[in-house]
Amino acid sequence: MKSDSYGAPILTEKERSRQIRKEAAVSMILYAAFFLWWYFTGYGLGGGDPKDYTFIMGLPMWFFLSCIVGYVGFCIASVIIVKKVFKNFSLEETADGGDTDE
Amino acid sequence: MSNYSIILISVLVVYMIFNFGFGMWVSKKQQALDAAEGKGFINNYFIGGRSMGGLVLAMTLIATFTSASSFIGGPGVAYSRGLVWVYLSMIQVPTAFIILGILGKKFAVISRKTNAVTVTDYLRARYKSPVVVIGASVALVLFFIAQMMSQFLGGAVLFQSVTGLSYIYGLILFGIVVIVYTSFGGFKAVVTTDTIQGIIMVIGGFIIMATIIHVGGGVDSIVDKLNVVNPNWSTPDQGGLTAKPFVMSFWVLVGLGVLGLPQTAVRGMGFKDTKSLHNAIIYGTIVVGFLMLIMHLSGVFAPAVLNASEIPSTNGVLNTDYVIPKLVLKYMNPVVAGLFIAAPLSAVMSTVSSLLILASAAIVKDLYLNYIAKDKYDSGHEEAADKHFEKKIGRMSMAVTLIIGAIVFVFTIKPPSLIVWINLFAMGGLECSFLCPIIFGLYWKKANATGSVVSMICGVATFIYMTVKGISIGGTTPIVFSIAVAIITFVIASLIGKSSDQETLKLFFPESEHSA
Repeated sequence: MKSDSYGAPILTEKERSRQIRKEAAVSMILYAAFFLWWYFTGYGLGGGDPKDYTFIMGLPMWFFLSCIVGYVGFCIASVIIVKKVFKNFSLEETADGGDTDE
Repeated sequence: MSNYSIILISVLVVYMIFNFGFGMWVSKKQQALDAAEGKGFINNYFIGGRSMGGLVLAMTLIATFTSASSFIGGPGVAYSRGLVWVYLSMIQVPTAFIILGILGKKFAVISRKTNAVTVTDYLRARYKSPVVVIGASVALVLFFIAQMMSQFLGGAVLFQSVTGLSYIYGLILFGIVVIVYTSFGGFKAVVTTDTIQGIIMVIGGFIIMATIIHVGGGVDSIVDKLNVVNPNWSTPDQGGLTAKPFVMSFWVLVGLGVLGLPQTAVRGMGFKDTKSLHNAIIYGTIVVGFLMLIMHLSGVFAPAVLNASEIPSTNGVLNTDYVIPKLVLKYMNPVVAGLFIAAPLSAVMSTVSSLLILASAAIVKDLYLNYIAKDKYDSGHEEAADKHFEKKIGRMSMAVTLIIGAIVFVFTIKPPSLIVWINLFAMGGLECSFLCPIIFGLYWKKANATGSVVSMICGVATFIYMTVKGISIGGTTPIVFSIAVAIITFVIASLIGKSSDQETLKLFFPESEHSA
């Protein structure tokens, strides 16, 4: 496959557009997954009397899971998704029409 | 003035000189580049020649949407409300990801095809409607001026509370620095200083957290004290005082809604290649979550080391904006205090610089070049414009940036009530105006000018009406219902209105076959 001056592969307009839509859809799915994790660990586990809370490293379990684990988990998920789903391609050129500036 | 204040101010002055020097150095380099190429001023001044790498893209995105409130207001509220406010702030963990993942590549491709340097340029190419372009530009300039004023005010008041000097001096110190380097250096100076300011913010986060844990005798001892002082600190609803629908509303305001903020969306037009975008998604996610977590958690821990009686109050209500300044003065030596205060001031400067350059772009590029000087400026092909005209535009752009900066500066000294009033609606108003035209325009073929105009008017009007009247539906804040109105009216009006022409659809949606 040909590549542009940044070393990114040159795709056709259609391939490029489909890839962009796919990445946007995966971004929304990841966003929804984070929301569900945040909601159910937070409001789900934090509902009871604070006296009965389990604490991890000084912090209540609901908070530790939703905010600390949620944050670290989202960072790890971002790395995986970016490496596995997101693809490099030329932003300037396409295989079917040359330079898109024109 | 005490020795403490003198040392603290000296640290800030050194940091400001550094920002100024760095910003001006970048602008000199940029001007040399402009002169060598002899063209493309607009492209360089307003979008930095689309040359941002991953780190710069991540840091400028974060620095732009992290404002003074993440360092002062937010931790202050966390002081009185407890962990619920950290929980709420963590809604922002995935924002860098969705902004870049959803808008990044689509904007990058479209803006290269249409030579767009602003979000309004994109709206013009997509909807071909002067009403949309002019409405968007006017809304943007008004809301941005109000937001810049409130940022300046926040920074200046903070300066006053830690140094004891009048806030005018603080404003002169950082206000002039940011206005000057933004005016002369343009987008390039904005994003490179943003990067440095973003790093200072991370350092500031470390400093405050380490200080509190150190003087509080470790997390376990802090938690023991919190259980005594504020038994509700550990619940996700502050023992029932912070209602769930209120917290959930922030999934719209600082969650999905940020896709509609022009100041963050425009970053999608300025990066170099897909590799930079991918790196920025990862760096951005890590840094934004870290900042939100550490700053707000510091606020939650603060009652263990700072009694409520030490914080000024009006009519029995704590003025929690003073929590962080009081902590700084009580526990930090003046050098460390200076370094820490540099963080919120950086947040102010990085937000203002981004808004300022965009407000200038709205006037020069979106209004003047598109409608007043359109004969000379053959839209989309600035290379065709002659050198003389190019020079004139260059001087004019810098002058406009300086003038807007000067107006905001004067407003901050004596805030006009109209601007204070507009600021109440700034963030929500921008989201109601821009969210639907941006997202539907990029991903829905049937989106059109009718939908945009109707949705902008209905969304903003609903938001202002609900905010003024204090109307709440099911305990949510007005933004939730207003965005729903904006979305519904956008879809209905787009289905009724005339669809975009084939040429536009082919440009924006090359993946599908087009039949008339």
